[in-house]
Amino acid sequence: MFSQLFFFFFAAVAIASGIGLIVSRSPVSGALWLVLNLFCVAALYITMNARFIGVIQILVYAGAIMVLFLFVIMLLNLAALPKMQSVNWRLVVAFLLGMFVLAQLMYVLAGSLDLLPEPTMPDAASGSASALGQELLTRYALPLEITGILLLVATIGAVLLARRKFE
Amino acid sequence: MELTLSWYLSLSAVLFTIGTLGVLLRRNAIVVFMSIELMLNAVNITLVAFSRSMGDVAGQMLVFFVMAVAAAEAAVGLAIVIALFRKKETVDLSRFNLFKF
Repeated sequence: MFSQLFFFFFAAVAIASGIGLIVSRSPVSGALWLVLNLFCVAALYITMNARFIGVIQILVYAGAIMVLFLFVIMLLNLAALPKMQSVNWRLVVAFLLGMFVLAQLMYVLAGSLDLLPEPTMPDAASGSASALGQELLTRYALPLEITGILLLVATIGAVLLARRKFE
Repeated sequence: MELTLSWYLSLSAVLFTIGTLGVLLRRNAIVVFMSIELMLNAVNITLVAFSRSMGDVAGQMLVFFVMAVAAAEAAVGLAIVIALFRKKETVDLSRFNLFKF
């Protein structure tokens, strides 16, 4: 009973803050809505017994990535974009496309739920840091190294792209 | 009422749709990026839910790698936004038509 209440509370806040992100006027308040959303998702991970992923979510997403977003927003010193004029058809088409995506996802979900294998060992997967670290450094050692190279390449690429060019 | 896999998958579908709507509706490049992060998060919820349901940590490992790729994507994407802002003094996506000739 308690876990259901927990799930519905955090799911409702996550959906509300997602909507807050896409309707907010200024990018700064949108970023803060997204931070709230990321915290709710982290809480849901922890209820799903994935404690390490939940902590990493707060550290990496809500900590590092969102600070980067806010930093860039402050750096660019954006004025609010002018209001859209006479593009109501664009809103309508975008909304219809979004609902189409939702309908597709729900259709696939409803159709495939009895195709899913039965939950074999629910809650057998321990999400603790030691269990994940053991897997990460043995079975997933090569992907881990490739991820390290990817992050290095992304860092170099970001520096090169953002460097001021005098032409 | 049992908290089953389908509840988590439905929440993930709704969050993914909100992210899609954000990408389609907004013209601010930074808000579009944040909507993409929202979509990545929705997929991560699916992966963790399946990981719990199957009793296998492989899904959580995949979430770990998705987060690393999301960090790389955010760094490169925001650098591109800064480069575009230098060129045009705006991040309004409807003002960019660099591929049009």
